[in-house]
Amino acid sequence: MAVGNYIRERFFPHIWCPGCGHGIVLNGLLRAIENMGLKKNDIVMVSGIGCSSRIAGYLDFHTLHTIHGRALAFAVGVKMSRPELTLLVPMGDGDALSIGGNHFIHACRRNIDMTAIVMNNRIYGMTGGQYSPLSGYGTMATTAPYTNIDQEFDIVNMATAAGATFVARATAYHVLQMAEVLEAAIRHKGFSVVEVMSPCPTYFGRKNKEGSVVDMLEKLKTTTTPLGSKAKQENPSLIERGVFVKKEMPEYCAEYQKIIERAMKGK
Amino acid sequence: MGGKLTFVQGNEACVEAALYAGLDFFAGYPITPSTEIAELMSARLPQKGGMFMQMEDEIASICAIIGASLTGRKVLTATSGPGFSLMQEALGYAIMAEIPCVIVDVQRGGPSTGLPTKVSQGDVNQARWGVHGDHSIIALTASNHQDVFAITVDAFNFSETYRTPVILLFDEVIGHMRERLRIPEPGEIPLVERLKTSVREGVDYHPYLPREDGRLPMSDFGGVHRYNVTGLFHDMWGFPSENPVVVHELLRHLVDKIESHVDEVTRYREYFVDDAEILLISYGSSARSALHVVADRRKHGERIGLLELQTLWPFPSALVREKSKKARYVVVVEMNMGQVLQSVRESVEKPERVFLSNRVDGVMITPVDIRNILRLIQGKGV
Repeated sequence: MAVGNYIRERFFPHIWCPGCGHGIVLNGLLRAIENMGLKKNDIVMVSGIGCSSRIAGYLDFHTLHTIHGRALAFAVGVKMSRPELTLLVPMGDGDALSIGGNHFIHACRRNIDMTAIVMNNRIYGMTGGQYSPLSGYGTMATTAPYTNIDQEFDIVNMATAAGATFVARATAYHVLQMAEVLEAAIRHKGFSVVEVMSPCPTYFGRKNKEGSVVDMLEKLKTTTTPLGSKAKQENPSLIERGVFVKKEMPEYCAEYQKIIERAMKGK
Repeated sequence: MGGKLTFVQGNEACVEAALYAGLDFFAGYPITPSTEIAELMSARLPQKGGMFMQMEDEIASICAIIGASLTGRKVLTATSGPGFSLMQEALGYAIMAEIPCVIVDVQRGGPSTGLPTKVSQGDVNQARWGVHGDHSIIALTASNHQDVFAITVDAFNFSETYRTPVILLFDEVIGHMRERLRIPEPGEIPLVERLKTSVREGVDYHPYLPREDGRLPMSDFGGVHRYNVTGLFHDMWGFPSENPVVVHELLRHLVDKIESHVDEVTRYREYFVDDAEILLISYGSSARSALHVVADRRKHGERIGLLELQTLWPFPSALVREKSKKARYVVVVEMNMGQVLQSVRESVEKPERVFLSNRVDGVMITPVDIRNILRLIQGKGV
């Protein structure tokens, strides 16, 4: 199926700013889905609130646009009821890790089979450029006019520590790798987390003088490196991309089926 | 009459009724005095192939049941005041997206952590207006376990009929008190199942296009029709819209579908109302003490009656006005600072004749408390 067939053209044009990385994430995701040959009726996309979350409306899947931070909690209800469906949960960085931080770590811990995609643009874009838990110390934002003193999360470390069984990082610059990583995440039987670094030229870029979107994409190239590369040893400040965790653990829906079997036998 | 006789807590009666109504998904978080509902569900639901989940908090609990409901399940969560406060945003989502679900609030003393193990009826107005924005809601209660059973089944039926969340406002005394419950035979109480769309696969389906009678046929989410669900104002496809006509029509629909069916969702009991000079109006466990007073004073020849409300929202104003017409005095008996009192005063012809008999110290209101107020009203002194 051509990528265009996954899109609800009726609802375009989209709301994203020129240069926003989120459209690239959409592209990468659809290529992964196309490559896997998934049927539209088998995919449920659950999103929260923010620029990233609007991705759900544009796609011709079963789409559930929920409330800020709670996408994973809604997704758990859908997945438990219909375990045969493929659950994709795109979220923004503030959505997933600030207001939704509790649901995020507990979804990691539970290992329910779904894919969380954190579209990390390091800013609250929808509300106009306030700092997020991923902005980082020393950045500028409309709510940090003198500089941001909040330390940032590392999404990969956090998801790993919370017990996610598949954890990866990709960027909007490395779009082919992003599609590969997303495919591996969707194929993984368990809770998978993919952080996609996605530029916000309108707010993060402008506030932090990162130049044009071309400059911001270039920065994704120069400040990141494949996991385990020699470059990382030489320059520890580089951010690694790739699959950090891939392990087998009992999956929640399958485990609950065993509970049902036990309960029905009266044990 | 057949059925099974049991001796149970009110929370158990609620569980039995939910299972009777066809519940197959529960998500919750432990909180006194509702926890027994979660504990029982964890054992009972998987026995019939249903699912129980203990979530990370009450917010996740209500979100999970909304997700499960969309796929076609009958769903429930149970909590108390602090958890009910946390649920309000998602409750508004279920109202806006028209997703059936039932939420039990076993009330305890508040605000804040308040009195976790003590009785209160302080969440009546929160059930009505806890959600931001204009909306309508159905909230039900009961004073004994047989009625807890019946009203819980009603809650599921109303939720499916009107595609809306329904609140069950029980209280600590009802939740924990033990008394007899007869579990009806299957089929004895009619159940409302979800209205499914007749639109076939491959045909353009409009999930948010109401029928002429205001009802919305659903297609199970994840099934043959793909559509969008959102908490934003939305058009008939479920896609966000800021078109003033779309916004206005949707808001009116959400309010009208409940407010125009007040009679259908009104449940109440009445005792000696017809010739009552003094009419007590009460609900939940307070109504037990009120009924005791009525039975006792009738023996002494006093013309006193009780109107026990089971539907608190939408408030049955016409019923209250009608039943209190002949009464010289109306006394609202409740365990809060006068939350139903307000609605009663707005409903009756002579609000100056409406008095409050209440208790807000965590102790169940007693017949003596009510008697003392009656003596004051009658000029007899305490």
